Amino acid sequence: MKKVYGSAAEALDGILRDGMLIAAGGFGLCGIPELLLAAIRDSGVKDLTFASNNAGVDDFGIGILLQTRQVRKMMSSYVGENAEFMRQYLSGELELEFNPQGTLAERMRAGGCGIPGFYTKTGVGTQVAEGKEHKDFNGETYILERGIFADLSIVKAWKADTTGNAIFRKTARNFNPPAAMCGKICIMEVEEIVQPGELDPDTIHLPGIYVHRLVQGTHEKRIEQRTVRAA
Amino acid sequence: MAWDRNQMAARAARELEDGTYVNLGIGIPTLVPNFIPEGVTVTLQSENGMLGMGPFPVAGTEDPDLINAGKQTITEVPQTSYFDSALSFGMIRGGKIAMAILGAMEVAENGDLANWMIPGKLVKGMGGAMDLVAGVGRVVVVMDHTNKHGESKVLKSCTLPLTGTGVVNRIISNLGVLDVVDGGLKIVELAEGVTEDELRAATEATIVN
Repeated sequence: MKKVYGSAAEALDGILRDGMLIAAGGFGLCGIPELLLAAIRDSGVKDLTFASNNAGVDDFGIGILLQTRQVRKMMSSYVGENAEFMRQYLSGELELEFNPQGTLAERMRAGGCGIPGFYTKTGVGTQVAEGKEHKDFNGETYILERGIFADLSIVKAWKADTTGNAIFRKTARNFNPPAAMCGKICIMEVEEIVQPGELDPDTIHLPGIYVHRLVQGTHEKRIEQRTVRAA
Repeated sequence: MAWDRNQMAARAARELEDGTYVNLGIGIPTLVPNFIPEGVTVTLQSENGMLGMGPFPVAGTEDPDLINAGKQTITEVPQTSYFDSALSFGMIRGGKIAMAILGAMEVAENGDLANWMIPGKLVKGMGGAMDLVAGVGRVVVVMDHTNKHGESKVLKSCTLPLTGTGVVNRIISNLGVLDVVDGGLKIVELAEGVTEDELRAATEATIVN
């Protein structure tokens, strides 16, 4: 089965539809599927829901889809870096479901593992727990959180072989593996595609079973907070 | 007189126990590594997927693939390991992180913490704070004792949306150190030049002996 596509637009061909739920990898601007996000913008698909830890900044990451009003709802833990997001949210144009960061990651992982729900202490006694089932285990209260089963996953890895076995680099791994796992279809963009056998099987972070389509490209990899010390 | 930001961070650094894994929040807690006492070695977790966080990079060596939870460029140390966000919060939720040192907007005498949202004003999100306070062994809060209007932020009960209930163990403020105990807060230490009367006057919460 051919997994490698020539461009992000080709990799998305026939998959996008209005109103779909997309799980996206990345933390801040680190490890985001920037090529696929740009191709989704260019496709014009709309009313999207994104499960993504953050919403990018105004002109990069998911922010570019907010500018074009293609996003209806965000499921995120932190959206503080994006002025256009704030404007759309406060004016009621954009729906927002806050998820604690670990709950969001586990909801993705659970979805990818066929687990429809799990109990966690995170958020008990806060706004996050409102309307959710509470259950006591060993004298402590937990809330029920649901697995995320996305229509599409878009993720970014460092290297992959042509079968989709993937390796991430440093903290650019972040949400990419759990996001990849929870989609019916997962499209991965990478910096380099190699032949099977070129990656040590013991070092694979995400097996190719989770990856359906692959595209190689050049990444801007923008830094959000460049912070340095004196030499 | 009271402690400044660096003195609060230095006091917080004395909470660190040798050989433990610790998570530091954004704000004053990011200054804590500058004051780790001699003979104490801790491994810092960055919840975006790293254990063993090093200092900021020297200019010209920044790596866009290597950032902390505040999205700042950082470096590795020899024992660094990387992992995904689900495993990162697995170790937090699973109680493997000994302590978190976090900032706060409000703390209540029962250990309730509010540090993520001001309704109608500041809607950024909780990030990993709710997971951390629910999961780590010990929560130490570093905060100014009062707001810019001089009103206490150490309260009988929080007014802002909560991050967690009954989760704070110790408060380190510019005025001193207080522990959350049965019935209220207990004064552990006064900041240099601060009297007990001044600390009590700045505290709305019940102080017990």
